[in-house]
Amino acid sequence: MDEFVNLKATELRLGLPGRDNVCEDGERVSCNSNSNKRALQVDAENELKTETSLLESKVQIVGWPPVRSYRKNNIQTKKNESDHESQGIYVKVSMDGAPYLRKIDLSCYKGYSDLLKALETMFKFSVGGEYSERDGYKGSDFVPTYEDRDGDWMLIGDVPWDVLMGFCYLLQDVLCSCKRLRIMKGSEAKCLGSCV
Amino acid sequence: MDRRFPFKVLEHIFSFLDVNEDRNSVSMVCKSWFETERRTRKRVFVGNCYAVSPLKVARRFPKMRSLTLKGKPHFADYNLVPDGWGGYAWPWIEAMAARRPLLEEIRLKRMVVTDECLEKIAASFRDFKSLVLTSCEGFSTDGIAAVASTCRKLRDLELRECIVDDLGGDWLTYFPETSTSLASLDFSCLDSEVKLSDLERLLSRSPNLKSLKLNRSVTLDVLASLLRRAPQLVELGTGSFSDELDPEEISKLTKALSELKQLKSLSGLWDLLPEYIPVLYSVCPRLTSLNLSYATVQMPDLIDLLSRCSKLQKLWVMDLIEDKGLKTVALCCKELRELRVFPSGADLDETDVTLTEQGLVSVSEGCQKLESVLYFCVQFTNAALVSIAKNRPNFRCFRLCVMEPFAPDYRTQQPLDEGFKAIVERCKDLRRLSVSGLLTDKAFEYIGVHAKKLRMLSIAFAGDSDLMLHHLLSGCERLKKLEIRDCPFGDTALLENAAKLETMRSLWMSSCFVSFGACKQLSQKMPRLNVEVIDEHPPKTRPDSSPVERIYIYRTVAGPRQDTPEFVWTIHKNPEVGVSRLSIR
Repeated sequence: MDEFVNLKATELRLGLPGRDNVCEDGERVSCNSNSNKRALQVDAENELKTETSLLESKVQIVGWPPVRSYRKNNIQTKKNESDHESQGIYVKVSMDGAPYLRKIDLSCYKGYSDLLKALETMFKFSVGGEYSERDGYKGSDFVPTYEDRDGDWMLIGDVPWDVLMGFCYLLQDVLCSCKRLRIMKGSEAKCLGSCV
Repeated sequence: MDRRFPFKVLEHIFSFLDVNEDRNSVSMVCKSWFETERRTRKRVFVGNCYAVSPLKVARRFPKMRSLTLKGKPHFADYNLVPDGWGGYAWPWIEAMAARRPLLEEIRLKRMVVTDECLEKIAASFRDFKSLVLTSCEGFSTDGIAAVASTCRKLRDLELRECIVDDLGGDWLTYFPETSTSLASLDFSCLDSEVKLSDLERLLSRSPNLKSLKLNRSVTLDVLASLLRRAPQLVELGTGSFSDELDPEEISKLTKALSELKQLKSLSGLWDLLPEYIPVLYSVCPRLTSLNLSYATVQMPDLIDLLSRCSKLQKLWVMDLIEDKGLKTVALCCKELRELRVFPSGADLDETDVTLTEQGLVSVSEGCQKLESVLYFCVQFTNAALVSIAKNRPNFRCFRLCVMEPFAPDYRTQQPLDEGFKAIVERCKDLRRLSVSGLLTDKAFEYIGVHAKKLRMLSIAFAGDSDLMLHHLLSGCERLKKLEIRDCPFGDTALLENAAKLETMRSLWMSSCFVSFGACKQLSQKMPRLNVEVIDEHPPKTRPDSSPVERIYIYRTVAGPRQDTPEFVWTIHKNPEVGVSRLSIR
């Protein structure tokens, strides 16, 4: 959390990111903040990765910690229930040109392809292009993005899914890492796609 | 002159012997004492169902009224024993049905019980009163229905943490309308709903019902109505405690609970919501036993509850109680004898749950009568263990699970040898011990030297060499059950201390370095041990040097068992044969 605060102070910003400013400002803002963010995300990524790998290694040891399966199952059921009931990560989704916004629960999806499929069905479009780290969603008319805690529009797919989800769960009470989804269309999309 | 004590006098004297250990000692004095004792024993306990044949037991104790059996090794609780290993109740039920029709009570732990077994019980024992199944599996609610409907004098029906094929809540309707004998009913492990009206009617006609443990499907809104029909309850296990209630319902529930003037034990409390804690205030001052291990209540709400339980002797909670909560327990629960703190599975990095070694230190300081502990914690220190030992030399059962394998003292980075040394040195009455964290052979030398009354020891991820096992087997005189997993020792200690194994009930070793050759040697050396090799991925050939996945060694007068599945081999006594597998279903 402190990391975020410090970096925010040193960030170069030319104005509030918004629909009209995305291309120019977006370019600069995203480039700057992207590099900052990348560093940040890499750190956090590593942190979360070690956490997940620790968790994984814990999970892999059969019968450890020594808790009766009866008890484990009952606690897990409760966790799942409470996850669904109170910890669903609800975000607004907007699509350029659509008359109204939708809301989805991110915790229902297993990964980006799952999420994208759901969005495609919801808004009746298709992303088209393949995601690649280098080119983003090249050749696509539609680009899925999300607004993060700093107010920047980030391309969906850069950060590994479980890192993004990990962030979301971690910051549940304070601020969801991913506040809004937006499906950008047309020229804006192309711009974002190519400058990443 | 006949110098023998008259049989009648002996019989009368022996009738005062309740404890089976005493009876066992008495029966070894001479033949006439053996005969007298066996004719008078009513409660029979068999700690390992494969140690002796059902027929022998049935014949030996003609006055048997109660039979307690244990099946699978303890580590089966943690999925270390593959399904289908064994522990079948059927041969016992069959033998008793044929020879001991006056049997009234059957208590089984970690056994496979089928509907056929339950139907046989219902059909064979006309005075049957009490069925208690703990951690059992293999039966469905149909079997329970058979017992409920046929056993006219049924007093206790308890299913504790069993895995049941739940075909619906109908089984409850099978209690005849005329039956009024029920004293204890525990169906907390079943999933499906029972009909409220059936349950209400059963309660209304059971004036002797002292213990009732509902399952989670019984919702909070019906609890008041149930309790009004059973104000004499001494033990209550509620159903779910999280459903929404309006103020009137809350007030009715509060009143109903306050009417339970004899209530001493409270459990269930599934998903207890903080706003419902005040509902329990009226029962707290009388409680001697409280099980919150399924209540996801956190701090500080737990304090409101615990600070009112001044008579508490037994407390089971989750680590959500944190150090702060345990401090409250130390201050308020001066009668505490048993504490269990289970892991909630909350990722302790993400939440603010702080349960450390300090919590246990506080309780050991404040609760002078504390003698039994099960504590799951992420990390520990030697200093804490030394304090705990100094505070509480009266421990009889000390089970510490440091959840990070090989975790050293997090302050000094030293192994936890010195800490556990303090425990075994000071707690001279220690019967049961579970160790964890980073431990060298030294720790086991200390245990071997000091833990003279130790009966059961559980070890995981510890030790350096064979010395570790040698210390234990040569030092712990009263050791009865030893279970070890993932420790780096092998054959030498096992073979050197082979004779010791016949003085013990059982030894379990998994993921250690025991070789097949050693198993063979051991089996040949010790005719009255069954050496079972449990191997789900057996190699194509088995040279003597090949390591064995798991072994389970137990003393027996019944020879190799006949019901081994394909992944279990009993090492044959005949060296040429190697292993025998006599599988009969």
